[in-house]
Amino acid sequence: MKFSEKLVEKIIFACAAVSAASVALITIFIFGRGLPILAKVGPVAFITGGNWSPGNEVYGILPLIAGSISVTLGALIIGVPLGISCAVFLAEVLGKRQAKFFQSAIELLAGIPSVVYGFFGLIILVPALRKLTHAIHADSGATGFSILAGAIILAIMILPTIVSMSTNAINAVPLKYREASLAMGADKRETITKVILPAAKSGIFSSAVLGMGRAIGETMAVMMVTGNVASLPTGIMSPVATMTGTIAMEMSYATPTHQQALFAIGIVLFIIIMILNGSAQLIMKKLGGGTESA
Amino acid sequence: MNTMKKKAFEIRDMDLYYGNFQALKQLNIDIYEKDVTALIGPSGCGKSTFLRSLNRMNDLVKGCRIEGDIRFDGEDIYAKDYDIITLRKNVGMVFQQPNPFPKSIYENIVYGPKIHGVRDKKTLNEIVERTLKEVGLWEEVHDRLHRSALGLSGGQQQRLCIARCLAVEPEVILMDEPTSALDPVATSKIEALIQELKTKYTIVIVTHNMQQAARISDRTAFFLVGEILEVDDTQKIFTNPANKKTEEYISGRFG
Amino acid sequence: MRSGKVIKSKIYFGGTWVIAAITLAVLIIIIGFVLVKGLPHISWEFLSQEPSNMGREGGIFSVIIGTLLCTLLAVLIATPIGVAGAVHFNEYAKEGRLVAVIRFFTEILAGIPSIIFGLFGFAFFVVALGMGWSILACGLTLAIMILPTIVRSTEEALKTVPMSYREGSLALGSTKWHTIVAVVLPCCRSGILTGVILGLGRAIGETAAVMLTVGGALNMPTSLMDSTRTMALHLYTLANEGISDEKTYATAALLIILVLLINTAADLISRKAMKDS
Repeated sequence: MKFSEKLVEKIIFACAAVSAASVALITIFIFGRGLPILAKVGPVAFITGGNWSPGNEVYGILPLIAGSISVTLGALIIGVPLGISCAVFLAEVLGKRQAKFFQSAIELLAGIPSVVYGFFGLIILVPALRKLTHAIHADSGATGFSILAGAIILAIMILPTIVSMSTNAINAVPLKYREASLAMGADKRETITKVILPAAKSGIFSSAVLGMGRAIGETMAVMMVTGNVASLPTGIMSPVATMTGTIAMEMSYATPTHQQALFAIGIVLFIIIMILNGSAQLIMKKLGGGTESA
Repeated sequence: MNTMKKKAFEIRDMDLYYGNFQALKQLNIDIYEKDVTALIGPSGCGKSTFLRSLNRMNDLVKGCRIEGDIRFDGEDIYAKDYDIITLRKNVGMVFQQPNPFPKSIYENIVYGPKIHGVRDKKTLNEIVERTLKEVGLWEEVHDRLHRSALGLSGGQQQRLCIARCLAVEPEVILMDEPTSALDPVATSKIEALIQELKTKYTIVIVTHNMQQAARISDRTAFFLVGEILEVDDTQKIFTNPANKKTEEYISGRFG
Repeated sequence: MRSGKVIKSKIYFGGTWVIAAITLAVLIIIIGFVLVKGLPHISWEFLSQEPSNMGREGGIFSVIIGTLLCTLLAVLIATPIGVAGAVHFNEYAKEGRLVAVIRFFTEILAGIPSIIFGLFGFAFFVVALGMGWSILACGLTLAIMILPTIVRSTEEALKTVPMSYREGSLALGSTKWHTIVAVVLPCCRSGILTGVILGLGRAIGETAAVMLTVGGALNMPTSLMDSTRTMALHLYTLANEGISDEKTYATAALLIILVLLINTAADLISRKAMKDS
């Protein structure tokens, strides 16, 4: 009896440890396969090299990093203001029942697979951007596959994260701040912009950081609309290749060394994501406690 | 002597409902300028609810409905075109729990004036100094105006909230049990402050503490289950109440 | 000045209204577009025939089977492990360094992007364990990916079970394990189911991780060691290579219907769970 209970406890512990073991295995295998080429090329040369040309065994991922960052920043610039605005609308304008409906609708956005977003971008957004640029510059050679296309699609994809976390942060602002502001004759808009949003800033900020992590890690939708050209972008209509897109595109035909280089990109991506997610959690913990008085 | 004073608020036949529940019944009371009016009574008797209808904070409560006539400076504050923002500017409020914003001391005080259109830096600085001096906090905090208000003690926070309220230059200050979250020393400081403030402001204070009402107020209203049983000079209420229930409550037989 | 404020306020809230309306419109346009273009091409033949000529003709029957095999395998593997893991965190774990570390890693797992899972699945299951591109490798990779979802929703459900239930059972002399199996877990059925369904939805929509582990063969699989293709991967291949507009739209519509149904089911069940607790 006692023994079987102990055994059960051990098995259950083992199950809990599977997640941790998986992270360890993931780390070991990604690093194990990517480190050799990092060592050979040199980590600095790998990251700052401006030329990604696997056919000639030249591996510099600066264009890919630039691609990922430009698309991600674009997504934040579009998505964060929209998300906060939606959150204000949800938390402050809509009634409870309508807010619930709206929130479910936004959650539907979160459930749509990224390949569907990519497909939509490919069929609708890219041609639209192509027509738009040609209307402005008749001789523009832009194809529509661009940073802007990636940024717009990603902005839609990170919107649910930003809206739901910001709404929670706004709803968590103590009623007493709202009362104090209104009691002084501030109107609702002033109360929101000057008291409530500042008080909710840690939640809003970490939603943006998490959205950033999601955007930089996103693969399918981005690679279907950004054009996958591994060169440094010159404007928002430039086509770019991202780190994730390059891994997914090239894995199927890569030579062994090329494969190693793709795993090395995985290492860089992994580290960036860890830093972003780690800081989002830290922000939540550090600032989150600071809004309440002792 | 009270009949000589001007009336700040005149309340006639006021009823208040939360949905179907009637929380206040047929209230009739006058609140005089530059008086301290204390609202006393057992918990849940409606005194805070009443207080919060004087600056229409009950508008925040869903399903809350008010009937009757509530006049401030002779105007019906529940009239359709009455400007609620001006009302709240003129009728300030201090809450039970000190509720400074999570901003600096300075920012807390200039919040109201800025909302109401004061932009001049010098004027704002003057307001901060004047109001902090009025609440006796200047000496304690003048060297850390730009630190977070949340670093202050509970009593200091409450005085800051009073200063914040004074900064918009109200005529009336509503206080909802302002000392119930404070220790005795901080409480006596706030009480002394109220005595000073009443030379310039009309004060309405809800309190659980009978001695406090007796010490600081000029007039007292006794609430019981949503009704005002008696309202009169504090002296009279505490020495010779007209209503038997009032006497029982004051002498501590229930509540 | 007063009226200036009123106007500012109107503009502000009007602005939030417009933006919210745009967001809803985007949602409706994306879903509506795919459904309007795709639904007319979904027919019994499309669902029941095997694809031919690289997917240019025929249906997607083998792709549906491939999708079901990969995702169900993932759920079958992840559910017992995830539920047991959550039971450990909520019922057995004492606050200590080891538990903190495990918890920390579980959080990390939830944040890893799917392409990294794909790389890992390729390096570990496909190559190192010699499974090759196969349903098994894909299912295992997806299982790890959806594990945090199941752990999290099970744990949340466990937290809502009142302590008095456990005490009641323990006081009657039953063992801790028996209490968990007979009293605690039955109260969490809907919570666990929600997690499982959400995980299923994520697995069905996943493409990047699938692409690197399952290969993409269009033939009808005959064993778990066969390569296959999921609907999401099929959609990507068709769209990217411009094989057939009609089949692409139909696949996209089918995928979106499936995912919407799954998410709605999860939503309904979790709402029911909220009511029950």
